[in-house]
Amino acid sequence: MDIFLQQLINGLVLGSVYALVALGYTMVYGIIELINFAHGEVTMMGALVALSVIGALALGMPGLPGVLILAAGLALAIPVCVALGLLIERVAYRPLRNAPRLAPLITAIGVSIVLQNLAMLIWGKQYISFPPVLPQGRYEILGAHITDVQIAILVLTVLIMLGLILMVQRTRLGRAMRATAQSRQVASLMGVDVNRVIASTFAIGSALAAVAGVMVSAYYGLAHYYMGFMLGLKAFSAAVLGGIGNLGGAMLGGLLLGLIESFGAGYIGDLTGGFLGSHYQDVFAFFVLIAVLVFRPSGLLGARGIERA
Amino acid sequence: MSALLAVSGVSKAFGGLQALSDISLQVNAGEIFGLIGPNGAGKTTLFNALTGLYTIDRGEVRLNGTRLDGCKPHQVLKAGLARTFQNIRLFAEMTALENVLVGRHARTHSGVLGAVLRLPATRREEADSRARAMALLERVGIAGHARRLARNLPYGDQRRLEIARALASEPALLALDEPAAGMNPAERAALRDLLLQLQHEGLTLLLIEHDVKLVMGLCDRLAVLDYGIKIAEGTPEVVSRDPSVIAAYLGDEAL
Amino acid sequence: MPEGKRPRWLVFGLLALGLALLPFLVDAGLGRSWVRLIDLALLYVMLALGLNIVVGYAGLLDLGYVAFYALGAYVYAWLASPHFGLHLPFWAALPLGAALAALFGVLLGTPTLRLRGDYLAIVTLGFGEIIRIFMNNLNAPVNITNGPQGINLIDPVRVGDMSLSQTQTLFGITFTGAHLTYYLFLLFTLALIFISMRLEDSRIGRAWVAIREDETAAAATGINTRNLKLLAFAMGATFGGLAGGLFASFQGFISPESFNLMESIMILCMIVLGGMGHIPGVIFGAVLLTLLPEALRYTGDWQRNLFGQIYIDPADLRMLLFGLALVAVMLYRPAGLMPSARRRREFADAAE
Ligand SMILES: Nc1ncnc2c1ncn2[C@@H]1O[C@H](COP(=O)(O)OP(=O)(O)O)[C@@H](O)[C@H]1O
Ligand SMILES: [Mg+2]
Repeated sequence: MDIFLQQLINGLVLGSVYALVALGYTMVYGIIELINFAHGEVTMMGALVALSVIGALALGMPGLPGVLILAAGLALAIPVCVALGLLIERVAYRPLRNAPRLAPLITAIGVSIVLQNLAMLIWGKQYISFPPVLPQGRYEILGAHITDVQIAILVLTVLIMLGLILMVQRTRLGRAMRATAQSRQVASLMGVDVNRVIASTFAIGSALAAVAGVMVSAYYGLAHYYMGFMLGLKAFSAAVLGGIGNLGGAMLGGLLLGLIESFGAGYIGDLTGGFLGSHYQDVFAFFVLIAVLVFRPSGLLGARGIERA
Repeated sequence: MSALLAVSGVSKAFGGLQALSDISLQVNAGEIFGLIGPNGAGKTTLFNALTGLYTIDRGEVRLNGTRLDGCKPHQVLKAGLARTFQNIRLFAEMTALENVLVGRHARTHSGVLGAVLRLPATRREEADSRARAMALLERVGIAGHARRLARNLPYGDQRRLEIARALASEPALLALDEPAAGMNPAERAALRDLLLQLQHEGLTLLLIEHDVKLVMGLCDRLAVLDYGIKIAEGTPEVVSRDPSVIAAYLGDEAL
Repeated sequence: MPEGKRPRWLVFGLLALGLALLPFLVDAGLGRSWVRLIDLALLYVMLALGLNIVVGYAGLLDLGYVAFYALGAYVYAWLASPHFGLHLPFWAALPLGAALAALFGVLLGTPTLRLRGDYLAIVTLGFGEIIRIFMNNLNAPVNITNGPQGINLIDPVRVGDMSLSQTQTLFGITFTGAHLTYYLFLLFTLALIFISMRLEDSRIGRAWVAIREDETAAAATGINTRNLKLLAFAMGATFGGLAGGLFASFQGFISPESFNLMESIMILCMIVLGGMGHIPGVIFGAVLLTLLPEALRYTGDWQRNLFGQIYIDPADLRMLLFGLALVAVMLYRPAGLMPSARRRREFADAAE
């Protein structure tokens, strides 16, 4: 029972991070129907920028409370990531909006190679550990443990998601985004500035990625120039699992994927009689992805694809 | 006369929209059969249902006695039913000639080995296909454009190319979805001649068309669809006097 | 004499002579390490030609292509190394690897082929990662892949009793292993180019392009789209598996690290940069992208000349520059550097 509960907690926390990154993929895909291949790299940049700020403050002003230091880290990471997101949209996507679909995919791949190597030049190839500024509380419930960091991730994720839903449902920008997602032509005929909407989508997704980057590095206590790749891939899987283009789907998909991974890693040894160990954790995301696409290509919450001819 | 195409009780719904309700009709060998009706009546949907692009909810489709419902589009074509599309669907980046050559696919057989080794059988087949394809381009009047990319052809020529591509599969029944749309009067006249000539050569035609003059002049028989229901069927004279047809069209215009 | 009238045999003769002398010219001009690099470039040409069938012709965006490369390499290593104590000759091990890769191409393709473009990309990417993760971990409880250490001491290709990994003297000329490998790879590369060319201009090739252009119309025109897509996958995988076997014999050592996603992306970039669906463009892209990162190593010298010292390790800088180059080419030449005549026209039309 305690193993079960522990995996449940771990899975939900991991899933929250996936969900936040997945939102970025799903929002962009919902609007321009392209995979923002560089999104994982934006997450990585957010983590590393925040870690640098946090590290510098922790060293320079040791008296400062941890939460304030963390906030300062986010305060720089978010604008940096937003700027990156806007740059990616401007460089890799906007000029190629009418080109064959492969072209923007390749530019996005190019941008992610650039970002990854830029990060390697700036921060080096080694793992960077999260400075010890965070509260280290650890509580026991029914035999499982939950830490302050985990609680913070869960609470923050819920707040962000609620905020995002309100934004999309209630604000002008949200309405414009939904209209653009329906049909770019119609939206622009109705007076929506489509370019601005698309840019805003990249900006919001990138801000979420910054937060997710900080979360994931706080959770694992590490960041690394290469961390964006796997994270991005899994988050994309989560978005597809939920039904790409669907915000609720990205949230659900992220949480589910986190749980699947966590339970999968916890139980795979028993399931295969010890043949496969927990280092197969990374495989689950892909098996889930493939299974979903094969059996329910529109994802869990996606509209059922209507046959078109 | 024998029925080449027999459609019985075909229904198709999209969510709550009943696009086709219990459609039955028979197209006899050698005739030109017209399918008319206001926009959104379900004509294209019926074509898609016949050619395996949509799975039908109920009903049966037979071509020369063989079941077509449940068949994949390529099987339908192989059985002898070829079609064109209302919103022209050519292989844009291929030349006109290549488009027609693709139309030969179902009637040719060479595979990877034949292609790589250029076996004698493959070479014969390829030469034969090219000759037939050129003849078809000639036939529809665009032989001069053989080496041009399909996407660069004028609109009317694209429509004709699509007909040539469909004919390349040597169909028994050719289904045309608004072939005259966007054509000027001269092109329409040429199309009319071509269709009559094809009929003369023994081809059976199923024709969706909005140009009433063209339809009335060409078709041996007609069926009229409205809101997915067949409201009339018969010779052009009979159909054009049918009150429900007049109502459907007037209702349409009143919109 | 006007261009078109030059006798074909003369052109071919000169080309053949150039290709035959290439390793010696490169050796003399740039150094021995560049001969190995040319070998590698040929390997990538084979891979790019294989992926070109899948992506360029049939329009199926495959981001996990490296999985087939890996399969070919591992099969070769299992059949011709001390790992299982088997030492099959290359003419047996190589086709078996290619055949297994083809089989996997069909197996992986079957459930996924009805997916739309981008989804297919991600699923194939997932397959590629799954295969890599298994290669990394299938060393226990039964040691199949030897895990991250990979498989060592793989047999080189032998022709008669001549090993392609050793320096040989033939007709008074000294050939290093790299030189001999070059000729072997050249032979395979030419064969694959020939096959690609023949396929492109055939019933099968046209059907692939038709599917790429409009899958629904292709089906309505009588093409069994599922079978033809599977065929494209199988053909591409065969090329990949073949290249994998050659790679294993050439390196003598393989590990999962050689088959990561970056490798798939690199091969995709080769064909897109060169000019998708256009054989000369694909070859050009493969050669360019194999040599470019090496050439970018020279940025160290530039830095020294410009600033008197090296600020950034050229090995770190080259991937950054590579990424920038990728973006730049796509922005200014979205049809690739050497697009086929028809694609050039297409983009000219679009620009109008
Ligand atoms: N794939 C589809 N999904 C949902 N509705 C469809 C689809 N195809 C056609 N329809 C609907 O079915 C009705 C008939 O359309 P159609 O057959 O195209 O009419 P037409 O007679 O003008 O060719 C229309 O209301 C159309 O909107
Ligand atoms: Mg219609």
